[in-house]
Amino acid sequence: MSIQTKPRYTGKRHRLSKPELLAPAGNLEKLKFAVHYGADAVYIGGQKYGLRSNADNFSFAEMKEGVEFASRYGAKVFVATNIYAHNEDIAGLEDYLRALEEAGIAAIIAADPIIIETAQRVAPKLEVHLSTQQSTLNWQAVQFWKEEGLPRVVLARETSFEDIAAIKANVDIEIEAFIHGAMCSSFSGRCVLSNHFTDRDSNRGGCSQSCRWKYDIFEEDLPMFSPEEDKFTMGSKDLCMLEFIPDLIDVGVDSFKIEGRMKSVHYVATVVNAYRQAIDSYMADPEHYELKQEWLEDIHKAANRPLNTGFFYDTPGAEDHIYEPEDKQAPYDFAGVVLSYDEESGLAVVQQRNHFKPGQEVEFFGPHGTFFKQTVGDIADEAGSKLDAARHPLQHIVMKTEHPVKPMDMMRKRVRP
Amino acid sequence: MTTKPELLTSAASLEEMERLIEAGADAFVIGESRYGLRLAGEFDAAMIAEAVKLAHPRGVRIYAALNNLMDNVTVGTLPDYIRSLHDAGVDALVFGDPAVLMAARSAAPGMALHWNAEMTSTNYETANYWGRRGAVRVVLARELNMDQVLEAKAHTSLAVQVQVHGLTNIYHSKRPLVHSYLEHQNESDTKPQKAESNSGQPRYRENERYLIEVERPDEQFPIYEDDNGTHIMSSDDLCMIENLQELMEVGIDSLKIEGLLKSIEYNETVVRAYRAVIDAYCADPEGYTFQEQWLDAIKELQNPARELSYGFFYKEQVY
Repeated sequence: MSIQTKPRYTGKRHRLSKPELLAPAGNLEKLKFAVHYGADAVYIGGQKYGLRSNADNFSFAEMKEGVEFASRYGAKVFVATNIYAHNEDIAGLEDYLRALEEAGIAAIIAADPIIIETAQRVAPKLEVHLSTQQSTLNWQAVQFWKEEGLPRVVLARETSFEDIAAIKANVDIEIEAFIHGAMCSSFSGRCVLSNHFTDRDSNRGGCSQSCRWKYDIFEEDLPMFSPEEDKFTMGSKDLCMLEFIPDLIDVGVDSFKIEGRMKSVHYVATVVNAYRQAIDSYMADPEHYELKQEWLEDIHKAANRPLNTGFFYDTPGAEDHIYEPEDKQAPYDFAGVVLSYDEESGLAVVQQRNHFKPGQEVEFFGPHGTFFKQTVGDIADEAGSKLDAARHPLQHIVMKTEHPVKPMDMMRKRVRP
Repeated sequence: MTTKPELLTSAASLEEMERLIEAGADAFVIGESRYGLRLAGEFDAAMIAEAVKLAHPRGVRIYAALNNLMDNVTVGTLPDYIRSLHDAGVDALVFGDPAVLMAARSAAPGMALHWNAEMTSTNYETANYWGRRGAVRVVLARELNMDQVLEAKAHTSLAVQVQVHGLTNIYHSKRPLVHSYLEHQNESDTKPQKAESNSGQPRYRENERYLIEVERPDEQFPIYEDDNGTHIMSSDDLCMIENLQELMEVGIDSLKIEGLLKSIEYNETVVRAYRAVIDAYCADPEGYTFQEQWLDAIKELQNPARELSYGFFYKEQVY
């Protein structure tokens, strides 16, 4: 990806106020790291009504703990209730929404109008944000939802900067846009490939990602490819708007949404960290803002697909799809998380999250730009016994760090060139 | 004699419409791709007016397709377009995007609205929600099973429309995916991207371009591009003709035959067969028995590569 130094979107500036950075949290630990690394709000899934039925998803007790943790940072917790309900899903909806309100959830993200209307009726303290699953592309539809009492609309991923500017110019409402992560290549919600291929209902959380499978394409019963050529696929590259933060802020996007409730804690922390620094840096001094190469490098350390800019500047073309075999491994792996640090001795206690050993190159990073590389020196367990490697998941490892570290800083190791 | 459900279909041209009226169709959904999705052919506002003139004297209704996901530019043209449809005597507007509802409220208050969000029209409570906002009909998602369809009918005062025959859309992207693939292969796409207006031919044929997934070699999924992006269609054709009485017994109001990607001859045969079933059942519901010859007529013209299926009517899905 090339570095962009000038804004590409040259429309009229809407206004300059600090956007919300909204991060995914697949479980309580991810929530804590997302908030600690700078998310202003996180969105999670509960046990029902969400579109990631394979994710860990939160119990009400975990939600309460998450809300309590987030509130210490002034951050909010949203819950995705973004399925398109079938008749039988409606029983229990009222109780579920009341329980979310009771747990201190700030907002639900909903697509199905019956979920929206029920929330407004039984849990009025819950804000209702219109999900991207409604594929909202135009200002008049946004106006409709505003008149229905919604304070925020998550736009379709197919909207461009021009579209966002037109919507902001016509309707006074909060606009949330996806700025990073994996994308449906279809209009969200307008895909039932999983239903047809695997009898799994995509719009109730059963998506089998059939768009990323490989297909043969024929014309008049003749193949449109030769055997050595790449197969047809609908699979899209992932969205990354880190280089274009000024454009997003200038056009007036109120909430910057990162995709990925299924992603790792390392991914979430890394991506949030990069966007947090970019947003803060731009807001502090828009005139002299410069994208830092290391933010982008960090993103690539956790990215597991090639990246692009979606529909923001233009309709995606050939270069925006992944025809080649997918190599989903990120170049870096999460190796450990700092639990404590002793300034006098310079020793840190690191909780092992992946195998590492003395002599290995690692990086430490944390919120607000903490970052350094070092070679792992001697390591020991908490009893002081020297170890040849940190093999055991979650084992507490004592090691020297070359600079001071803080609890919740992360250590990552390079796993591939 | 029981109340007859409406037999609704599509048409690629006025010529096809005439023939399908002869075959027994009661109503048509037509329109143009700027406002409607996956239409069998292009009917601009003037042609829609022609269609109304052709249909109304024979007691046939015309519904205009405005079920696209609208962009900001198109939204600006909606009031004039809706007024022209109203003035032409169109019987209803089919919408999914709330922008159409907003525009219709002011441009043509009182005009009938059919809510059709395709795969996301999945429950009766949401149908009733749109009913409270002006819709008089819900077009149910094709991914529902029979129990869900019957339950929806029992719990809504809106008219209920159900597709009973033909292919269904299973994926819609705004991206030009075939074009992009060919570009990736360093080839250019020579196929016309738009059907000629009123050509008398279906917009595309079902076997013109299709996908095959490696583990399902016998299933051909039609794929085509138009102004609205890329559309992938089901590999089977829904065919509920043998079980139509299950839908008629509970009073489903409209039975839809989707004629997209099919020849006039095929659609004519299908409409005629369903007409016969509806007429036979409604004349004597108690004494009604299904006659194989109705299905045989369809099978004769059915593309052997495409299975006639019950779709999701008798399937259980997980999530």
